[in-house]
Amino acid sequence: MGALSPAGRARVATVWLGGCSGCHMSLLDLDERLLELAPRLDLVYSPLVDAKLFPEDVEVALVEGAVCSEAHVELARRVRARSRLVVALGDCAVTGNVSALRNALGGALPVLERAYLDPGNLQPQLPAAPGLLPRLLDRVLPLHQLVPVDLFLPGCPPHADAIHAVLLDVLAGRRPALQGKVRFG
Amino acid sequence: MSQRLVIDPVTRIEGHARITIQLGDDGEVADARFHVTEFRGFERFCEGRSFRELPAITSRICGICPVSHELASARACDALLAVDVPDAAKALRKLVNLAQLVQSHALSFFHLSSPDWILGYDSDPARRNVLGLAEARPELARQGIRLRQWGQQVIEAVAGRRVHPGWAVPGGVARPLSAAARERILAGLPEALATARQTLGWFAGTAADHQEEARVFGNFPSLFMAMVGPEGELEHTDGKLRFVDERGAVLADQVEPRDHRAWIGEAVEPWSYLKFPYYLKHGYPGGLYRVGPLARLNCCARAGTPLADEALAGFRQLGRGAVLSSFHAHHARLVEILYAVERIEQLLADPGILSDEVCAVALRSRRRAVGACEAPRGTLFHDYEVDRDGLVERVDLLIATGQNNLAMNRTVAQIARHYLSGQRLEEGLLNRVEAGIRAFDPCLSCSTHAAGKMAMVVELLGGQGELLDAATR
Ligand code: SF4
Repeated sequence: MGALSPAGRARVATVWLGGCSGCHMSLLDLDERLLELAPRLDLVYSPLVDAKLFPEDVEVALVEGAVCSEAHVELARRVRARSRLVVALGDCAVTGNVSALRNALGGALPVLERAYLDPGNLQPQLPAAPGLLPRLLDRVLPLHQLVPVDLFLPGCPPHADAIHAVLLDVLAGRRPALQGKVRFG
Repeated sequence: MSQRLVIDPVTRIEGHARITIQLGDDGEVADARFHVTEFRGFERFCEGRSFRELPAITSRICGICPVSHELASARACDALLAVDVPDAAKALRKLVNLAQLVQSHALSFFHLSSPDWILGYDSDPARRNVLGLAEARPELARQGIRLRQWGQQVIEAVAGRRVHPGWAVPGGVARPLSAAARERILAGLPEALATARQTLGWFAGTAADHQEEARVFGNFPSLFMAMVGPEGELEHTDGKLRFVDERGAVLADQVEPRDHRAWIGEAVEPWSYLKFPYYLKHGYPGGLYRVGPLARLNCCARAGTPLADEALAGFRQLGRGAVLSSFHAHHARLVEILYAVERIEQLLADPGILSDEVCAVALRSRRRAVGACEAPRGTLFHDYEVDRDGLVERVDLLIATGQNNLAMNRTVAQIARHYLSGQRLEEGLLNRVEAGIRAFDPCLSCSTHAAGKMAMVVELLGGQGELLDAATR
């Protein structure tokens, strides 16, 4: 068994890259099973908790979304370096999915121009605030094209039961087995 | 020497953002801004596809309110087809939209915001979340989880699955409601109603403990916009637009959603990926208006269901004219949950809801159309133009949370000035700034958690804006 908090709880993280949060909603769709899991794990980083820094020594990181910006690149690398098991959670992380539809347009500029240079807008301009707004990548990547991924959990979003199975396996120190539990789309 | 303080990422909101706080030479807060740091570009990459794909694609804008996008999109498509959507499909769409309102409001209230009140703004940040709540107050956590669960189960029972159901289609919905599914929904309804009433009673009773937040969490005069029904009653799916001012006086009423561009402008600022909509007549940024639960209760003449009408009367005591503090959006959410549960019961009581006539079939007959509905966080517009073959030429989305952008910026500045200074930057105080944003329940649809190498960075900027020093907390 890997990373444990002082209280003996597994250190779990969830990460939100370029996605719609639907995969996180599926995690919440564990419903009352969340109450059973609560005493057994520490959610050390997640949009649902107040940690600002991705911490060291994480047992499992569930990563939603594709890699769309420079900020995602930096975060995904840190997640990889600091987590024993990295799970690509959902089709955006696994394949790029909807988040990668803009790749067909050949770069970030066309999507930005369409949204912000619309002559109907007041002060049309491309948002750019170095150090504050991360630059978009020209090509959206599935997670495994940037960092090694240990487990792929497809679905848009993956079913709550599949997420539950992964968490139970991790808490029991088993390598998750997903045969028959996954779907795409 | 001025300093800039960055809160990154803002946590326990549904999306990714950061807040910067600018301290002046005197160490007091000079200004604060709310930046949205992600952009996914849906408007552009939908171009060239068939409009029939748009409900399924645009629902992927947001996993928390996918039903709203699916519905706004399907409604725009209905208008492209110029069809009359069958009554049963209209009723089912309303029902699913209300179920989503329940689950999304429950998530905002219980999972994301209640840890601040129950565990305390200054409590241990490592436990100040829904799992900490589950340990400290298991019964409350269970009620919140079960209320959200019921909302999700209603969506699943009607639409086939909980997230991105792919069920609302141009002309209606993909499947009729079965009698068995209706029974399943009704079986869970009494508990949902009891939780809604009990939570509202409890929260309304704690008003005295929240006076300071009510005073500074986005408490300022502004306009409000929401959909209302033909008699000004609450309506989340099929209504027309109403604007009211801070006194609650109606500025414009029964505006067709398809004319929204005549009323609402959008500005771009270089420091955020989220645009800044404003009420055109009052200019930018003077035309600040708010949408969402607070706006809906300020705009409507009545709720239209018995318990919610009673609750609305209680809510109105919180203001003279319109209720102005965005902190009261939490209370407004509970009134809306109560309304939604009552209304779902009414809709299910009509035997017509089981009709198998749920979709009208037609070919494209208009080139431009707008679909709108009330998403949990406010009015949502999908505006489409297509070519002769129905391929999309232009997609214009006006998303609920975006319309609160000016108000959210005003709010972070108001809270920061109240609580913070160069000498007072404790974590719990910074959490209050974030809590002000949580009151809006922003759903930054094109959003994510961007990397924050440093938890909070205080940057010391010189007169030319050059970086003099930086410190991590
Ligand atoms: S995989 Fe689907 S549900 Fe998950 S983030 Fe992507 S679009 Fe949303």
